[in-house]
Amino acid sequence: MISVRGLSKTFDRTIHAVRDVDLDVAEGEVVVIVGPSGSGKSTVLRCINLLEIPTEGTVVVNGADLTDSSTDIDEVRTEVGMVFQQFNLFPHLTVCQNVTLAQRKVRGRDRQEAEEMAMAQLTRVGIPEKADAYPRQLSGGQQQRVAIARSLAMEPKVMLFDEPTSALDPEMVKEVLDVMLELAAEGMTMVVVTHEMGFAKAAGDRLVFMDEGEIVETGSPDEVFSNPRHQRTRDFFDKILY
Amino acid sequence: MVILAILVWMAVKILTDDDYELAWTRIWPGLWITIVAALEAFGIALVIGLVFGMGQLSRNVVSRNVARTYVEFVRGIPILPLIFTVALVIVPQATDALNGRLEPWFGWEFRLSFQMRATVTLALIYGAYLAEIFRGGIQSIPPGQVEAGRSLGLSRRQTMNSVVLPQAMRAIIPPLGNDFIAILKDTSLLSILGVLEITQRARQFSASSFKFREGYFVSVFIYLILVMSLSLLLGVLERRMTRDRKGGR
Repeated sequence: MISVRGLSKTFDRTIHAVRDVDLDVAEGEVVVIVGPSGSGKSTVLRCINLLEIPTEGTVVVNGADLTDSSTDIDEVRTEVGMVFQQFNLFPHLTVCQNVTLAQRKVRGRDRQEAEEMAMAQLTRVGIPEKADAYPRQLSGGQQQRVAIARSLAMEPKVMLFDEPTSALDPEMVKEVLDVMLELAAEGMTMVVVTHEMGFAKAAGDRLVFMDEGEIVETGSPDEVFSNPRHQRTRDFFDKILY
Repeated sequence: MVILAILVWMAVKILTDDDYELAWTRIWPGLWITIVAALEAFGIALVIGLVFGMGQLSRNVVSRNVARTYVEFVRGIPILPLIFTVALVIVPQATDALNGRLEPWFGWEFRLSFQMRATVTLALIYGAYLAEIFRGGIQSIPPGQVEAGRSLGLSRRQTMNSVVLPQAMRAIIPPLGNDFIAILKDTSLLSILGVLEITQRARQFSASSFKFREGYFVSVFIYLILVMSLSLLLGVLERRMTRDRKGGR
């Protein structure tokens, strides 16, 4: 589904955010990327839908090579959902309008069809009653669930999550993770950058540990947690797990 | 309160005092030209502002630099000399150059009245100001909004139209209103080209009748009424725009 080869990203010619990363994600697989801040995990994720343009390497999503300039990136993006740390809901639109906007503009669905889909997705994330509210009237957890519903309404083949719970108050983390767990159980292909090790253990098929722009270690979550092979991985878990 | 008292006093004077009444009947027909010139100039300025405001944010290096240069250039010149330059130098030369060629083709000559020349100049200047307002408004929208739009598959243009611009309007409308008021007041500069708007009529009336006080008081009275009612209107508009955005959890 996703195939990343020799990916490097350099900012301002001197900052090497990502160095020579290879990553494959199979259909239905849930890959969790962890690592210290500044390790390049978000950059890798953002290269998968070209929010960052790779300096080197290729990214192939669903058969389309994103680094090829003849690829229609808008088309690829409709198949790749993205959930951001800061939710990025559209504040001038209601929850329902947030979810229907791209359906209507990109998928060409009519109003009724789009609204039915919106309600279905809002029900799935557990907040159909907030359809007519504005984002600012919602809690952080609710906003993030709307953001997930907004992506799901496009019926993407892959979902990318960029630290989806990092901006949330602690008591709201679970409601978002629950939605993500359910999604994983339904067989959605997911790439998740997160600090939630519990989620990695519960839902992750594969854990990728990154440090200083490189993939240090990869394996099943249990394996990597209980028996990390590399010193850097061990140091990281020592710092965050207690 | 003080302003209101002055306005009432002026109104009473106009109604009761013959000299004031005469000044009023001579000057107020200029109101129409003032308003039309302000609307025309503002309309053109809006287009210029939008084009050059977006131009400054363009990915294209050329259009970015052209827009930047225009804004810096125009902002660096005071209005009055620019009006003279455009109306008395640039427009006549442009018409000369054009008309020799146009005539045999269309049997028609390109002419621009002094009123239009001055209006266009105002538009050029305010276009640069509005470009800055548009640029600022668009830049005030966090980049995450564009990323969210694009990652949903919306094109660059769709993201701009459905996500960025509607939000930017909230930041743009109040300063736009202020600039409309400013442009309305600056139409008084048209008087130096002999355009018969309020200020020019006040000058003519005063000069021919030696009733300077009556003439200028009346013109000031008209401007004040205009501007104050406009700011009131703007205030209402702003409150209405922010109302549905508020409301707690």
